[in-house]
Amino acid sequence: MSTVLDPKIPAGPLKDKWDTYKNGIKLVNPANKRKHTVLVVGTGLAGGSAAATLAELGYHVKSFCIQDSPRRAHSIAAQGGINAAKNYPNDGDTVWRLFYDTIKGGDYRSREANVHRLAQVSNNIIDQCVAQGVPFAREYGGLLDNRSFGGAQVSRTFYARGQTGQQLLLGAYQAMSRQIGKGNIEMFARQEMLDLVVVDGKARGIITRNLVTGEYERHFADAVLLCTGGYGNVYYLSTNAKNSNVAAAWRCHKRGAYFANPCFTQIHPTCIPVSGDYQSKLTLMSESLRNDGRVWVPKQVGDTRKPLDIPEDERDYYLERRYPSFGNLVPRDVASRNAKLATDEGRGVGETKLAVYLDFADSIKRLGRDVIEARYGNLFEMYERITGDDPYKMPMRIFPAVHYTMGGLWVDYELQSNVPGLFVLGEANFSDHGANRLGASALMQGLADGYFVIPYTLGNYIASNSFDKLTGLEAEFAEAEQSAKSRIEKVLSIKGTKTVTEYHRELGRIMWDEVGMSRTTDGLKKAINDITALREDFWQNVLVPGEPTTFNKNLEFALRVADFLELGELMARDALEREESCGGHFREEHQTPEGEARRDDDGFTHVSAWEFGENGHQLHKEKLDFDNVQLTTRSYK
Amino acid sequence: MANSMNITLKVWRQAGPKAKGGFETYVVPEANPHMSFLELLDVLNEQLIKEGKEPVEFDHDCREGICGSCGVVIDGQAHGPQQRTACCQLHMRHYKDGDSIVIEPWRAEGFPIIKDLVVDRTSFDRIIAAGGYISANTGAAQDANSLPIAKADADLAMDFAACIGCGACVAACPNASASLFTAAKIAQLSLLPQGDPERKSRAIAMVDQMEQEGFGDCSNHTECEAVCPKGISVSAITKMRREYMKAVIG
Ligand SMILES: Cc1cc2nc3c(=O)[nH]c(=O)nc-3n(C[C@H](O)[C@H](O)[C@H](O)COP(=O)(O)OP(=O)(O)OC[C@H]3O[C@@H](n4cnc5c(N)ncnc54)[C@H](O)[C@@H]3O)c2cc1C
Ligand code: FES
Repeated sequence: MSTVLDPKIPAGPLKDKWDTYKNGIKLVNPANKRKHTVLVVGTGLAGGSAAATLAELGYHVKSFCIQDSPRRAHSIAAQGGINAAKNYPNDGDTVWRLFYDTIKGGDYRSREANVHRLAQVSNNIIDQCVAQGVPFAREYGGLLDNRSFGGAQVSRTFYARGQTGQQLLLGAYQAMSRQIGKGNIEMFARQEMLDLVVVDGKARGIITRNLVTGEYERHFADAVLLCTGGYGNVYYLSTNAKNSNVAAAWRCHKRGAYFANPCFTQIHPTCIPVSGDYQSKLTLMSESLRNDGRVWVPKQVGDTRKPLDIPEDERDYYLERRYPSFGNLVPRDVASRNAKLATDEGRGVGETKLAVYLDFADSIKRLGRDVIEARYGNLFEMYERITGDDPYKMPMRIFPAVHYTMGGLWVDYELQSNVPGLFVLGEANFSDHGANRLGASALMQGLADGYFVIPYTLGNYIASNSFDKLTGLEAEFAEAEQSAKSRIEKVLSIKGTKTVTEYHRELGRIMWDEVGMSRTTDGLKKAINDITALREDFWQNVLVPGEPTTFNKNLEFALRVADFLELGELMARDALEREESCGGHFREEHQTPEGEARRDDDGFTHVSAWEFGENGHQLHKEKLDFDNVQLTTRSYK
Repeated sequence: MANSMNITLKVWRQAGPKAKGGFETYVVPEANPHMSFLELLDVLNEQLIKEGKEPVEFDHDCREGICGSCGVVIDGQAHGPQQRTACCQLHMRHYKDGDSIVIEPWRAEGFPIIKDLVVDRTSFDRIIAAGGYISANTGAAQDANSLPIAKADADLAMDFAACIGCGACVAACPNASASLFTAAKIAQLSLLPQGDPERKSRAIAMVDQMEQEGFGDCSNHTECEAVCPKGISVSAITKMRREYMKAVIG
């Protein structure tokens, strides 16, 4: 039966909710904290910051990641920056405005209370990171510099060259390392979580596989924090790191955790276009480039001249034309869809015609090459390395690519899933970005969750519950380990003819075509059929070489692709069920005559949370109440 | 395809940490100048799997030159021929039809081989855990702008902070020294006022840990700087020596 979900939002005025919550929670006696073990799965911004902070507070933390070091989590690749409402530039920013922009940017499909808390703690994040020695960009006076990012009219983005994610992650990693050195965190690198263990209705442990030896391990604790990132790689080609995957979240889903808004994915407008079938991933060109770059295509369909040969009045700066007040800085979903429209009209550029120009000529003329180099030098270098073209001389060619997933495991205000004791942080949860995430807000959310939210909410959970002592020998552990083992034995035993990559690529093609930038009823139904068929074929015909007892990356990928083959179907179903266009979810049936998204606030102002069942998925809804902002049609004109 | 290239690869294969390793030769008949070096290995692996053989194991993740996962020695050079480029960002346009390429893992006592091209770099994590941080518990920080830092210092700190921890510096060093890696962190944190209180203990602890991990000494070959994908300057090592001396003496 479908139920209405309770997000447990504290009562009272929006701006007081977080304080009210903190004033009311139960605290864990400091002397007792070390008796409580917490498993933190993932060491990105969310997991790294959570593990460090919980260990500082005195909890016994066990931390897990797939890579050989916690420092290599996918967060390392974030380029552009992190938002905060510091208002250092004195340009009118406030906590309210950051909150409002994020809610509006998410097309009114996120929870007011969570987003407001995020805006409130944003300033603490910057303070914390500076104290750790994160070398943010500074002005000549020695104070911190800010830049602007899509979807905002103030400069509130802090950055460290084009390597903000790297520097923030290293800050969190170093804070973790300090606790590892002190023995407060036990680090398990190259260990993949294969299942969640639920005992008496509470999340009490995980099963992991040592990726070097293939051995299984049972870890038990009083709570499990899932910080395993997003699932953009379901599209095969995306800007995500190759190891990013949904498996841990999907396993939790199959153990009862609801998966919320799976169809909300973000297609980032500025990536380097695909060059051939061997392509293994796509490279993002930071959105910050849109501050100084102008997006255009030729006015004429089929214009094959070189960009520099196309005169000014034969270029269509379509974002500036259609959205005069935001221009090139419209939010990502709008920018991406417009790039698709331009190429659908046959005005795409480059060899494949699946690209548009991002042109810096005017900025270089206005500001000088030095200024542009100081701002984007490393990005320009990266572009040249990949394409062989020099963006100081020629406009960049860019195209949208899958980048981020707003959907994820459902959590309440405390970041707790519907399975007690299972908390979900960072990109892995669905919480703060609604149907579209604004730039520079994922880093903010990951660190908010880990540094400033979970220390309170986890404490409240631990102080409010009692925990039976576990040994890891309970039937639930044995069952979970056995089920992980059986899956591995099965996938290795098929010895078919198609490789894991072939399946993954095929899945990606279906997802991109039918569950990508624009979606239709027929396309989504077709996707569901095609994915089901592909999944059946996978379990008959996949070829996974090697042994289970050694380092075997192909085996790791096989298990992850198997889960993507289940997730993809749910994404299509969710997209089919949501009969409206909002944020990154564009249904062709629901658009205005000008081709802008048309929301249906009466029918769909809710979170769709899917429950797994052996006989299919069941939909639950969380109603979204907007008491503080008025739902308007998002306009960036 | 018109631009297709025939590339011969001599790859180090080693079944496990204790197994005896050796080179195997493979031919990839349809490489393409636009593909990255790791995509070439992907194509090789697809080929091997279809032939019923085990694919070549190598570490990789971001494929954007930032996570530090990838790293192999290509024709004797860590990360290959292009300067300031991790091998995931090296593109095949630097090679031509008919080329033959030798691929080996990092070789150093501090980096034992796990399988094929994959090595164990956890020694780097232990060096950081020994002192490569600023002790600032969450919640205790003052307003970020209450501590102005001269732009030049902040920029230089960022130059050193750009290290991706890939280990190419060790692989390229005739002494297999981890000096550039260790020094980059010491240099970054010593340039910032926040790093000042732990300056001495940090330098001593990190240098000691580096020695304990079996890495060699630095004798100024500067091969490390030459192969560093982030172009970290060996001036970091001078700074580390100074910090270390000041710490032991004073
Ligand atoms: C190229 C790029 C640029 C970006 N730029 C920006 C930006 O400028 N600003 C911004 O705000 N956001 C940006 N983002 C988004 C942002 O980087 C991510 O959303 C964010 O870093 C996610 O952090 P996380 O901690 O949730 O997860 P991740 O960093 O993805 O970490 C996941 C962790 O989980 C571990 N893990 C996963 N599965 C398992 C398992 N089964 N067992 C054990 N461990 C597991 C991994 O090893 C890893 O440690 C960017 C994203 C990309 C791809
Ligand atoms: S794969 Fe990340 S640096 Fe090469």
